[in-house]
Amino acid sequence: MKNIAHRYRYSLILLRELVITDFKLRYQGSFLGYLWSLLRPLGIFVILYLVFVRFLKFGADIPNFPIYLLLGIVLWNYFADVTNGGIGAIVGRGDLLRKLNFPKYVIVLAGSFSALINLFINLGVVFVFMLIKNVDFQWHGLLAPLVIFELFLFALALAFFLSALFVRLRDINYVWEVFMQGAFYATPIIYPISMLPLSAAKILLLNPVAQMIQDLRYLLVTPQTPTISSVYGNEWIRLIPISVVIFFTILAVWYFRKNSPRFAEEI
Amino acid sequence: MADAAVKAEGVYKDFILPHEKKDSIKRVFTHAFTKNNPGMEVQHALRNVSFEVQDGEFFGIVGRNGSGKSTLLKMLAGIYQPTKGNVHIRGKLVPFIELGVGFNAELTGRENVYLNGALLGFSKKEIDSRYDEIVEFAELERFMDQKLKNYSSGMQVRLAFSVAIMAEADILLVDEVLAVGDASFQRKCFDYFRLLKKQKKTVIFVTHDMSAVREYCDRAMLIEKSKVVDIGAPSRIATQYTKLFNEPTKGRRNEEKANRWGEKQMEYSKVSLSHDLMSKNEQKLEIKLEATATERVEDPILGFLVKNQSGQQLIGTNTLVKQRQPGVFEKGEKIQITWSVDNVFSDGTYYVDIAINDRDGVTVYDWWEEAARFEVVNEERVPYPFNPPVELEFTGGTGAAKK
Repeated sequence: MKNIAHRYRYSLILLRELVITDFKLRYQGSFLGYLWSLLRPLGIFVILYLVFVRFLKFGADIPNFPIYLLLGIVLWNYFADVTNGGIGAIVGRGDLLRKLNFPKYVIVLAGSFSALINLFINLGVVFVFMLIKNVDFQWHGLLAPLVIFELFLFALALAFFLSALFVRLRDINYVWEVFMQGAFYATPIIYPISMLPLSAAKILLLNPVAQMIQDLRYLLVTPQTPTISSVYGNEWIRLIPISVVIFFTILAVWYFRKNSPRFAEEI
Repeated sequence: MADAAVKAEGVYKDFILPHEKKDSIKRVFTHAFTKNNPGMEVQHALRNVSFEVQDGEFFGIVGRNGSGKSTLLKMLAGIYQPTKGNVHIRGKLVPFIELGVGFNAELTGRENVYLNGALLGFSKKEIDSRYDEIVEFAELERFMDQKLKNYSSGMQVRLAFSVAIMAEADILLVDEVLAVGDASFQRKCFDYFRLLKKQKKTVIFVTHDMSAVREYCDRAMLIEKSKVVDIGAPSRIATQYTKLFNEPTKGRRNEEKANRWGEKQMEYSKVSLSHDLMSKNEQKLEIKLEATATERVEDPILGFLVKNQSGQQLIGTNTLVKQRQPGVFEKGEKIQITWSVDNVFSDGTYYVDIAINDRDGVTVYDWWEEAARFEVVNEERVPYPFNPPVELEFTGGTGAAKK
């Protein structure tokens, strides 16, 4: 029992220090430093806003579409940060793994937490915009943390799975890069899902990330947002993307635990 | 206490080595249907290794490069899992497989202390309370807010060592960290070793330094070709280890071509040393050489050089410096030559290079690096390159009367 407590304590100490280090190193040497964690998504937002909202006139019928767009980008960036960072997390720490025995999951968890800090900073920006634009607050907005937790879990599960897989299969990062590019367009981020035929919307919303983005837009920005339940006209359909998240969580935990004792010699 | 602090039972470790880097999806697909993968080779890094280390014991592990001792250490540290067998550890174990694990060049000295400390299991609070002590010990007060990339390698090692020795472990694994650093740093390390011995810590020490084994270890283990050869008294193990090196050197001559070059107008045909293992009892080291001319040569220059393990050239001279011209050799004629060197050597392993040049020193006839080697083990240890006989006299003090 004492041993377990000790082990747990070690993980916490390490996790804390790795998150701090990660955050310190993230914008090391750049002139604007941490400000970039705000400027980067804002810059991307401005470009997409100009191209899709101003030029292509997307989302003209949606109230506060720019905020709607920004929220989608912020959430997607978090998902991309965690999974892209997760792939190389274990291999990138090979030097540590070969010299010290420590709980390997801490590395992946640390990357995910430092991205989470970033997400909160970015969500802060979204809220500032919401205040400026006078977006109506709705009580169901209090459910948002549940959906953010779902996103955290899904991104983390994929990061665990991919990081362990990458130790064996060094092509995964390229595959994932291309996959994410496709997934970006297959997720209703820059375009409103109402643009699509109903049958396509039904399929796309089975993707957990699409479900979460739409849910959060519904909860925080405008109740006019089509969610998976409103598109299907059925509350229970939500269980499908949630099951996908649970499935990947279990898969990731199993695969990571099975392989982590051999990481040191396989890297 | 009945239980051993560290216990290994029938430990095997195999590594599967791919002949070619093949961890890609294409290879997975192309090899998915072939049953016996031709690209794989199993390397047995350890075979049936069993030993016990008792509480408070200073246990040495020695063996040549590639014998499996580092693999064993990593297994004790839990970094590698045994393929077969068990490793039991009782108590908190801290490995010093390398100093400064996790050091990041972009962080300041201070930040690295906290990061490295966390990896060794210290909370921020615990380091806070020891921070001044760590910095003082490393003698880096003025540099702590500078980035590590601006540190010299010596400064980095000092910082890493200062953090490492804060670890409150029951069992320490030490892997030749002492091989780095200057003499004053090495002295600090040996002081730390003495402290560990005094505190009755359990220490497992992997090294090539036989004099350190003799001095610090209570028991030692020799590993050769992935197997335990012997476990016992340090002096016995150290002698066995030294012998390992001397046997193959004799049969090694043919494969040593890479260390030998020249145009072979005259070449060495015999090399021997008066001692393979020297102690202070020996007054001289004699290097006995014989060279044969393969064509007519006039006044060749014959020389030798003694190097230490790190390749530092310590002692050397040649017939030209000695103003002794050997004269003319017709084809097939031989010269016997003996270099006799005072025994001023400090502990360690030494190599002898021998060479023959033409009379102008331009053409190399035969240049043979590491033609011979010898070990020096002294009772009086000093951490300096030379250890010549030094007489000591003193008067006054109660010790003066005793002899």
